[in-house]
Amino acid sequence: MTAATPFADRARRRFLKGLGVVLGASAAPGALLVELAAAKAPDEAVSGARRWGLLIDTSQCAESCDACVRGCNEEHGLVGKDRPATDAQWIRKLNLRHRTTGHAHSLPMLCQHCDAPPCVDVCPTGASFKRADGIVLVDKHICIGCRYCMMACPYKARSFIHETLRDQLAHAPRGKGTVESCTLCVHRVDRSGQDAVPACAEACVEEGHHAIVFGDLNDATSVIATRLRSEGAREIRADLGLNTGVRYQRMPS
Amino acid sequence: MRPGAFSVIGPRSAGFRILVVALGGVLLAGLWAAHTMESEGHHITGMNNQIVWGIPHVFAVFLIVAASGALNVASLNSVFGRVAYQPLARLSAILAIALLLGGLTILVLDLGRPDRLIVAMTYYNFRSIFAWNIILYTGFVVIAGIYVWFMMERRFQRYSKPVGFAAFAWRLTLTSGTGSIFGFLIAREAYDAAVMAPLFVAMSFAFGTAAFLITLLAVARASARPLDPDILARQARLMSIFVVVVLYFVAAFHLTNLYAAEHGGVVRFLLVDGDPYALLFWAGQVTLGSLVPLVLLWTPRLSRSPAACFVAACLIVLGGLTQLYVIIIGGQAYPLMLFPGYEVSSTFFDGETGRYSATLNEYLLAAGGIALAALIVTLTVRVLPIVPERLRLAAGDSVTART
Repeated sequence: MTAATPFADRARRRFLKGLGVVLGASAAPGALLVELAAAKAPDEAVSGARRWGLLIDTSQCAESCDACVRGCNEEHGLVGKDRPATDAQWIRKLNLRHRTTGHAHSLPMLCQHCDAPPCVDVCPTGASFKRADGIVLVDKHICIGCRYCMMACPYKARSFIHETLRDQLAHAPRGKGTVESCTLCVHRVDRSGQDAVPACAEACVEEGHHAIVFGDLNDATSVIATRLRSEGAREIRADLGLNTGVRYQRMPS
Repeated sequence: MRPGAFSVIGPRSAGFRILVVALGGVLLAGLWAAHTMESEGHHITGMNNQIVWGIPHVFAVFLIVAASGALNVASLNSVFGRVAYQPLARLSAILAIALLLGGLTILVLDLGRPDRLIVAMTYYNFRSIFAWNIILYTGFVVIAGIYVWFMMERRFQRYSKPVGFAAFAWRLTLTSGTGSIFGFLIAREAYDAAVMAPLFVAMSFAFGTAAFLITLLAVARASARPLDPDILARQARLMSIFVVVVLYFVAAFHLTNLYAAEHGGVVRFLLVDGDPYALLFWAGQVTLGSLVPLVLLWTPRLSRSPAACFVAACLIVLGGLTQLYVIIIGGQAYPLMLFPGYEVSSTFFDGETGRYSATLNEYLLAAGGIALAALIVTLTVRVLPIVPERLRLAAGDSVTART
């Protein structure tokens, strides 16, 4: 029996070693699987269980910084023609100064991804639509370019493409004569799910400001939901009752 | 000559040919302008991301609204039993169709993607008042067309009255729908008002009657068929009442806004310091477009003069275009108020008054739509018996008989 023990030990050791190798080898794809689980298969329908949104901490937003604008432009290939009146802007920086107190602050303005979007209501063809996960988009194939959505948007968040485009990016298709706006970097969201970071938020972090947080408003454990619950935030034009997906924090009223 | 008989206007004259060629030329210029706008992109127009609807929309909405009102005379006959107007009903309906087609042509050719018109006709979002209007506009052309057909076809004449009723109900809905395009816009302070629907109905009555009177005087002159002064006097009186009703709704709209402190800014912008909107409102819409025509139409000596009525009708048309300019362009030029109490600035013109300066292409497109409407009327009265041989009210004036 005593001779059998070393053998049994060796066998156990071999087994444990093999198990370690197997577990070790499966760790990397496992991590990848976790990421894939958070993403969405290309043919999988968008789930209404999620609602993507942004939390913008205006106290972290520097007046002189426009990194989010540059990040968005680069990500989507928004190249201006030096015609500010007609060049597209999906996100822009607003500088505010109170008329009586003189208090100044700055914040980014973009499509607010409303739960009850006026642009979707007024679109005659249904080209403006809201996905189940709350992202408001324009279907470039059925937009007729009537611009009624631009009349209806309370945030002036939409741009009409006034001229021929060249060198478009595959993940951000655009088209002359149609309307467009922030997509909440839907291509990143569909690829990476809750781990996605929109280009504006990414640029803001790279600049060291951390003013923009992206996440699932319906997931009570997400950073955005946790911060909204503990710190509070407000909607712009809350009086309209649109239940926006973009919320602003520490904004003087 | 049979009393109440209709006949085509002819024979072909040099004047007719010149008119058709001239209108065709303007229409072609409009089509060329639209083609240029589509191929170059809208950056060659004055429209931009701040003022998204411009001069084409001003003219398109004017023609669509006037189309509805142009049917007044036909409605007086079929709906209100004023059979005295029966001889003019055909022309009234033809003008209505022509104006609507002219307006729609402008609207469609200004789209960013006019080639996708079929999409607009096949994909409907029924929450959109715009989608409803697409149905209302096409339906109006169909109903008014059937109405004219039934009036002209002896076998169907007895059905023309119910079709006339349908056309009347349809056009009231149509103009309410057009007004609601603006009334439903919650985002903008210059709109977002239920009164937009009845205001546009009143505007349609005034502009449509003015357009009909201009057409009637032109047809009478071109066909050398003397116009009964009685027709002129009644149309002029009716038109003046409609002008007053429009002023009433405009006053109600602005006074209601003025009462709410939050809207004080937009009222001030449109009526006092908005450049050029305040000037256009007081000088164009109110004075030249309303008060001067009222003086012309209410001065006994002038009200029976064709020239005075013609001038009054033209001024009402100009006043109407001015009014729509103030509503459509002025309403967009006033900045969106996202942060009350704050001065706002950005690279996207936040907090600034929108700037708009229409280009030649836009005016050509608008003129093309008007030319199309005029061409439709000109060719129709040339080939179909639309105009009565005697431009007078029917015998046995039922207006006095019934009232």
